[in-house]
Amino acid sequence: MATARASTSLELGELGFDSGAHVLVKRALVRLAPGEQLELRGSAAELGIHAAAWARSEGHEVEFAPVGAAYVLRLTPGAAHGARWRGVERTGAGAGPEHVVEHPPQRWGLAARGAAVEAGAPEFDFAHASKLELWADDLGALYRQALASQWDPATAVPWNAPQEHSEELEDALVTVLTYLIENETAALIVPARFAASVHPHFREVQQLLAIQAADEARHIEVFTRRATLRRSQLGLSTAGGQASLKTLIDEPDFALASLLLSVLGEGSFVNLLWFLHEHARDACTRAVMKLTAQDEARHVAFGVAHLARQSREDASLAPRLAAAIERRHDALRGTAGLNAEVFDALIVLAAGGFEPADIARGHQAVVELVRQMHAGRRNRLRLLGFEAERAEALSALHTRNFM
Amino acid sequence: MSETLVLGAVAYDAKVVPIWDGFQRWFASEGLAFDYVLYSNYERQVEQHFAGAFHVAWNSPLAWVQAQRTAAKLRRGARAVAMRDTDRDLTSLIVVRADSPIHSVADLRGRTLGCGAGDSPQATLIPLEHLARAGLAPERDFVVRRFDVLVGKHGDHVGGERDAARALLQGEVDAACMIDGNHLVFSNEGLLARGATRVLAQTEKYDHCNFTVLDGAPQALVERFCKLLFSMNYDDPRVRPLMDMEGLKRWCEGRTSGYALLESACDRFRYLDSFFERMKVA
Repeated sequence: MATARASTSLELGELGFDSGAHVLVKRALVRLAPGEQLELRGSAAELGIHAAAWARSEGHEVEFAPVGAAYVLRLTPGAAHGARWRGVERTGAGAGPEHVVEHPPQRWGLAARGAAVEAGAPEFDFAHASKLELWADDLGALYRQALASQWDPATAVPWNAPQEHSEELEDALVTVLTYLIENETAALIVPARFAASVHPHFREVQQLLAIQAADEARHIEVFTRRATLRRSQLGLSTAGGQASLKTLIDEPDFALASLLLSVLGEGSFVNLLWFLHEHARDACTRAVMKLTAQDEARHVAFGVAHLARQSREDASLAPRLAAAIERRHDALRGTAGLNAEVFDALIVLAAGGFEPADIARGHQAVVELVRQMHAGRRNRLRLLGFEAERAEALSALHTRNFM
Repeated sequence: MSETLVLGAVAYDAKVVPIWDGFQRWFASEGLAFDYVLYSNYERQVEQHFAGAFHVAWNSPLAWVQAQRTAAKLRRGARAVAMRDTDRDLTSLIVVRADSPIHSVADLRGRTLGCGAGDSPQATLIPLEHLARAGLAPERDFVVRRFDVLVGKHGDHVGGERDAARALLQGEVDAACMIDGNHLVFSNEGLLARGATRVLAQTEKYDHCNFTVLDGAPQALVERFCKLLFSMNYDDPRVRPLMDMEGLKRWCEGRTSGYALLESACDRFRYLDSFFERMKVA
């Protein structure tokens, strides 16, 4: 017990190791000078027994002596003390949680940006781990905007609004909704899959992808709910439509998937949803189309933002993007594209009736919709750095299935 | 088997496999070919050690005594070559409920003591020896209720101690035996609420597991094995997870001075007789 070594004293009072004394002891050990001992004083019933057991498990040496009803213990820190902090690596290169590095190592794994990672952490295998591939300026703002724009289908949509349109118009709407649901399912799967394979260092990207997936889950819900307001069964899911969507699901490259899904597909969908909003025959449908169009516009903004950034910094991106569009076009050459039922249903919805003049007006509206979609795609491709003529040609190769 | 160090260990828990797989990888990275054989119980392990099935046994304290006594009867040598820092200087406690009328070991007369598995040094044999030295013989002066979880594993799994502690709280036994560290673990888990129990007695210090080698083991290989163990540094992130899993901060030289209490218990209760019969060395 008697020793000449320097020591720091810690008074535990009635606090025992069965009620958290180790927290104070560890705190005091961190502050010990090299070679110094920690002298513990306390009166908890099993302090001596528990201190010895705790010290043994931590690799510390302890000598103790009961002094009346109290104890005095002298603790000598073992060599393993603090080992976990030796050789730690700060994610974000020590510049704080906001600093994003170009190539975070896989061993940073799930650690928060700005955390200290213990040496020996396992190597992960996140397929997407390059800032160039993933990053966009103002990601934080895009995420905050997405959060602020969330809506609750139960309250945001007037499900009980009066419906006065004909059964034939309702059939046309259900046909289109059936098509929308399977497209939104693809749009859920793609970001959800990438969210799971993006290096967590790029947490804003993960967050945006996650909220996109959540948006799509809500879209699937509201389209389904709207479709079944008056019908017990949905419309036709075509082989060609599914073939087109399957090429999206199968695309493993983040940039190419973003291009095909967000920049081209969801971009076209924004036009389609506003078209359906404009020609909706009931307040419920109108609200559903407006709310979903607003969400989709954010998805497009993220896709354009990160591809535009990547395109500016990587000259090899544009040819890859162009090749992806051409490849998809070739893959879908043998399919029908947009199913005839959907195309006709869009005409009927815009027509609002079945007089020849109505149909002509509806047809013209759909022709205008397709023109707007094309113009939108062309403009977004220009933002990615394509020359006007190339953008025009590439936009024309986009799937006839719209998404 | 001459070039590969083969270890025998008891599979007291599923985690034993990743532990020794991890050691195998690390030893390989250090140039030592290492393999292991798992047994479901220590008696089989000791028996097979003498049969030459492996070089080094990772022995419980009781398995060490079994091996050492068997070796003595066969005029062979057994050595404890290494142990964990956490294998040294354990104590066991006899714990009662805080409001119990039992205030001294003598008060246990006529009462029921909850122990661990019958082959648990820490929760049965050593506490019973402690009481015997105080003049209380099991089944004569008090009733022993064993919580026999996974007999053959010498109490490594802690289940028996936990069951005894639970029985104490439920009033099924008047006192319960456990390692000092497990009293702390059970307290921090909330199984034993703070102030719900009182320590009636604490045994003298004793040691726990060790790596046991019999004479005739390939000396150079065993030396290399020990040297590598002693070189394991908790600062090294490659070995830290292994040391965490095995529950130590550093490997120590083996010592045999910490098994006297257990040997006394074995002698007093003639605990090893049936084992010696099995080994045909009675």
